[in-house]
Amino acid sequence: MEQSTIISVSNLTKSFGDFTAVNNISFEVAKGEIFGFLGANGAGKTTAMKMLIGISKPSSGEAIVAGYNIDNQSEMVKKNIGYMSQKFSLYDDLTIKENITFFGGIYGLSRKQIKEKTAVLIAELKLEEVENQLVGALPLGWKQKLSFSVALLHEPKIVFLDEPTGGVDPITRRQFWEMIYAQSNKGTTLFVTTHYMDEAEYCDRVSIMVEGKIEALDSPKNLKKQYNAASMNEVFLKLARNIE
Amino acid sequence: MKRFIGFVTKEFYHIFRDKRTMFILFGMPIAQIMLFGFAITNEINNVNIAILDQSKDTETQKIINTINASKYFDSMQEISHESEIENVFKKGKVKAVLVFEKDFIKNLETKKQAKVQVITDATDPNIANTITNYVNAILQNYTQQLNQEESTAYFIQTQTQLYYNPELKSVFNFVPGVMTVILMLVSAMMTSISITREKELGTMEVLLVSPLKPFQVIIGKVFPYIFLSIINATVIVLLGYFVFKMPIVGSIFLVAFESILFIVTALSLGILISTIANSQQTAMMISLFALMLPVIILSGFIFPISSMPLPLQIISNVIPAKWFIIIIKAVMLKGATLEVIWKETLILIGMTTFFIALSTKKYKIRLE
Repeated sequence: MEQSTIISVSNLTKSFGDFTAVNNISFEVAKGEIFGFLGANGAGKTTAMKMLIGISKPSSGEAIVAGYNIDNQSEMVKKNIGYMSQKFSLYDDLTIKENITFFGGIYGLSRKQIKEKTAVLIAELKLEEVENQLVGALPLGWKQKLSFSVALLHEPKIVFLDEPTGGVDPITRRQFWEMIYAQSNKGTTLFVTTHYMDEAEYCDRVSIMVEGKIEALDSPKNLKKQYNAASMNEVFLKLARNIE
Repeated sequence: MKRFIGFVTKEFYHIFRDKRTMFILFGMPIAQIMLFGFAITNEINNVNIAILDQSKDTETQKIINTINASKYFDSMQEISHESEIENVFKKGKVKAVLVFEKDFIKNLETKKQAKVQVITDATDPNIANTITNYVNAILQNYTQQLNQEESTAYFIQTQTQLYYNPELKSVFNFVPGVMTVILMLVSAMMTSISITREKELGTMEVLLVSPLKPFQVIIGKVFPYIFLSIINATVIVLLGYFVFKMPIVGSIFLVAFESILFIVTALSLGILISTIANSQQTAMMISLFALMLPVIILSGFIFPISSMPLPLQIISNVIPAKWFIIIIKAVMLKGATLEVIWKETLILIGMTTFFIALSTKKYKIRLE
């Protein structure tokens, strides 16, 4: 795999009044990497991610995402990334096909492209029988997979996944990660936030945020060695305790 | 443009698939206009009136009998002096007093002209107006009969006097009023709800991460409601015109232009609300309490502004609906042209600009 940097963050800071949500973080993500972005609730990972996807402006510092500066080229950043939010992000009252057509449309895909993509996507997810059903009627697991596929419609260089597997059963989570791997093998970079420490083990590298700072960043294997822990969960707990 | 069409298509799916939305959009205007239309009906029955007969002759007695015989009026209370008029009104049962002048029959015979005064309690202006019309009609009938019998024309002059509310301000109030309420409801409430729904469901975030610019998202969301509001306004005007005979004296284009202006005002308010509210429920509550109530109470739709206490009169100036009602009544009923209502139009334009500027600013703050 070629090792070029696709996300480069230096001294990124975001403060709201006196409170510093993201405190001077710097890191790099390589192309095709599955990058786990971990942290407890309120550690600042969502704020940091919002800056990277261009919907929140940094207080100071800068970041280059997919070759564009998030501060003044956020439009270009947006064209080159995909995003799947923590909340389920398709429209329940639209059918599967209508959702795909809509999201393809706002990313500027042509009608022909949308048609082709829809056919491939529906075949891949085996949704042929329900393609004209409202999305609201689908089980959550299917929705998440569909949501992920929709985020990939415009073939983004990087996909940001904000706690993609929340509330999903273990089997579906496993299938979901298989989709993530498959996408990574195609050269797409995946930036994943998660609570589940077992999922952290699936990532190529993980960073752990505690109180606005990145306290650790390495491959899960190295982190476990460094903190003398049997699992990522232990690593996480040790880190959190050190801070307290 | 293609993106825009895609967006609007999606928005129409949302609207057409939600029964509640459909009901508010299309059931409500028709239901409201019918309710208001028939509740403010022109028919009166068995109204209590009092008679002050200062002449007490055969002719006045005939007239009184005729009036008594009609199904509209009931229980003629006789009073003997003008000073009693105020009193019978205050007791509340009597809605009108007929005053026959002294020497009624003499005047009628010598001058061919006699006077009846109809004094009505105009606290309820519609009833007052109707009573006056009915009495007039009865008197006219009566003179016609007289004139058939005689060769020379008699003329009974009715003089009407409206107590408490001399201008009868709620006549044809309801069509402009309902139109205002509906446009406010559809434009402001429905858009604020539909925008906050995206926020609540998390899809707004997804839209903001997409290459669509925030203002494109907002315009895409608002556009269908402009379209539907125009349809609504048209339905209301047509119902008013055909079912309730509401005249349209002025230019229909001016009515359309002013309506669209007001729709945009309401939409900008809806957008403003959606920048403040984070959930559909909050948006709905704000719309109801901050928009609907003032529209109904302070716009002059139901309660005449001129009879409000001064502080409320001053407050009513910041309510866009007040200006729209003034405009639409002036154009529809009095045939006003833009030269007459340019001031009100300018106020609406100013308000709209202000709301749009404010919501743009609020929107930016949120993105920071």
